[in-house]
Amino acid sequence: MIRKPETFDEMLADPHTARSPYSAYFNWFGSENLKHLRRKSADAEAFFRRIGITFNVYGQDEADERLIPFDIVPRIIAADEWTRLERGTEQRVRAINAFLHDIYHRQEIIRAGRIPREIIAGNAAYLPEMIGVDPPGGVYTHVVGVDLVRTGENDFFVLEDNARTPSGVSYMLENRETMLQMFPELFTQLRVRPVSRYPQLLRRSLADCAPPGFSGGKPTVAVLTPGIHNSAYFEHSFLADQMGAELVESQDLRIENGRVVMRTTEGYHPIDVLYRRVDDEYLDPLTFNPESLLGVPGIMDVYRAGNITIANAPGTGIADDKALYSYMPEIVEFYTGESAILKNVPTWRCSEADSLAYVLENLKDLVVKEVHGSGGYGMLVGPAASKKELAAFEAKLRARPGNYIAQPTLALSTVPILTKSGLAPRHVDLRPFVLVSPDRIDMTPGGLTRVALKKGSLVVNSSQGGGTKDTWVLEG
Amino acid sequence: MQLRINHVTTYTYSEPVFYALQQLRLTPRSGHGQTVLEWSSVISGGTKQLSFDDQFVNHTELVLVDEGVQTIEIVSSGVVDVVDRHGITGRHRGFAPVWLFESATPMTEAGPNLRQLAREVKSETDSGDVLGRLHALSARIAQSVRYETGRTEVTTKAESALAAGHGVCQDHAQIMISVARLLGHPARYVSGYLMMNDRVEQDATHAWCEVWDETLGWIGFDVSNGIAPDDRYVRVAVGRDSRDAAPIMGLRQGAGTEDLHVSLQVQQ
Repeated sequence: MIRKPETFDEMLADPHTARSPYSAYFNWFGSENLKHLRRKSADAEAFFRRIGITFNVYGQDEADERLIPFDIVPRIIAADEWTRLERGTEQRVRAINAFLHDIYHRQEIIRAGRIPREIIAGNAAYLPEMIGVDPPGGVYTHVVGVDLVRTGENDFFVLEDNARTPSGVSYMLENRETMLQMFPELFTQLRVRPVSRYPQLLRRSLADCAPPGFSGGKPTVAVLTPGIHNSAYFEHSFLADQMGAELVESQDLRIENGRVVMRTTEGYHPIDVLYRRVDDEYLDPLTFNPESLLGVPGIMDVYRAGNITIANAPGTGIADDKALYSYMPEIVEFYTGESAILKNVPTWRCSEADSLAYVLENLKDLVVKEVHGSGGYGMLVGPAASKKELAAFEAKLRARPGNYIAQPTLALSTVPILTKSGLAPRHVDLRPFVLVSPDRIDMTPGGLTRVALKKGSLVVNSSQGGGTKDTWVLEG
Repeated sequence: MQLRINHVTTYTYSEPVFYALQQLRLTPRSGHGQTVLEWSSVISGGTKQLSFDDQFVNHTELVLVDEGVQTIEIVSSGVVDVVDRHGITGRHRGFAPVWLFESATPMTEAGPNLRQLAREVKSETDSGDVLGRLHALSARIAQSVRYETGRTEVTTKAESALAAGHGVCQDHAQIMISVARLLGHPARYVSGYLMMNDRVEQDATHAWCEVWDETLGWIGFDVSNGIAPDDRYVRVAVGRDSRDAAPIMGLRQGAGTEDLHVSLQVQQ
């Protein structure tokens, strides 16, 4: 019989004692009035509604925009814990960029037999159009959101590397803004590292990757959004606004003098760096999906001629593909010569017969994910599934084993949320945001903490009823 | 043999063009037995924007059609010296791995007809004689898919051309590519020029295929003419299928229709 592993509570060592990063907050909380805090919580929600940060949930009514619930109890990370995460993440992101360069050039890692080529061949995330392309500044993933989970005092795992267009950074910024408004006194008691420089750092790191020979004093950066119907439109317009960059859509752009230019009030103006929030498939109807109305026809040609920077580079999805995830420790070692600082979650590849047999045998204890899925869609959480759901999933697994990977159900750490009766533990994960420029990697001290609001639930995805918390990294 | 090529492509639009792009893969490259002695491409009614080498090392140009025109003319011309290598193109170039040419693309996806053909060729030929098997395959395709112009489109897939039983060089090449891959051989599409001996005015640009052999490298097969490419063939672009190696790929916004006219002279 598998014994249920103990859950690590990040705040409390026992019901009356807070762990060190939380001690000041815990004391403050003890002196506060619960009713008063509940009111603050309602204020926070009103604040979010006012600024309009909403989120579209797929699979529900299309027009159903709703707020991601925000919890006012912060998630607090000690300085030394953060330093370790920072080193591990930087190592991983460095390896991912080296991997992407290799996989679109000489493919040494395949020649060396460290990853099977089948995982690349026939993978839709691998774009032949990127073969031989050298992105300006040598950077493929300008922005990475690495999803981390914790299972113990010193046990952090990488759950996913989001190397295409990770979203959620606007929540990191708005959550902090809200907390500063609600609880200014807390920020005088605790030395919390600021996150507010993120938009400026993003702008700087994008500009540092501009192709040489831009006109004017500094590179022109623009944010490409699919439009107001996209679930993350708020974030696109927010980031453009915060960076002082133009927010553009397909119809604002065209090709002129070998460049991508945008319509402005003073005519067309060339773009040096396009921070695109449009998926690869829709980016260029001349090269990819000809039906796309969201992209820029010819932009891949401009890119391949070296006349624009696309952030993130097309084809980076191959690095965060779930089929590849299980090889990440190898990848880190191959390109950095070091063993991975951050652990991978043990993963069974259902494409392999032995693994499939194990997974089918232990389905009720495992989490099974679609190789190409995201956002928590199409996954099975064994321990939470009914007999009927398990049987249905077993059939899917047998029909297309190569489409799935399985992982043990991790005992995700908890951080308390505020409920009617006070603090109550809920499971969390963490998505810090990493910016890559030609000569540096910056991880903003903080990130998006997602929390499963339902008691006992392990699914933190906002599309599945998760909420968010502000994430505090303490000064050393 | 020195081949002098003059290739004129004309698009006529029913309405003045608002916004249109043309991506050209029309420039042959020296190497693999051919030497480009002179080459130029001249465009009227459009403006060259940029050029680059694509993932298959094809020289590619992007042209913006001038706003308001109703005609664009692309003149590609030059002189290429070709050596007869009896169909052997030889070693692989560029970063694109050979295995990329092993998997089907939407244009070359096998259906029941292609799979049936692969089964037949497999059972009727000797697996130890790769060249013999491929020549037999080429002959089988020429036999069962009659060369006939105007009955298939540029968008016709290999499976439907085989099912229809007629097609042009593009269809022949893609059928051969698809079946060669089913039989375990990487295969690629080649677009280019062929000088037919009996004439200067050629009907259209030509297409054939190449199959990979570990020892010989890329080997050319011209299914439509039942021969191995010799010194009358100029290779211009390669790819996984006809889309990758298309001489011209266009995109146009706005109303109206367009007509394409090609005039091509290849001579010694």
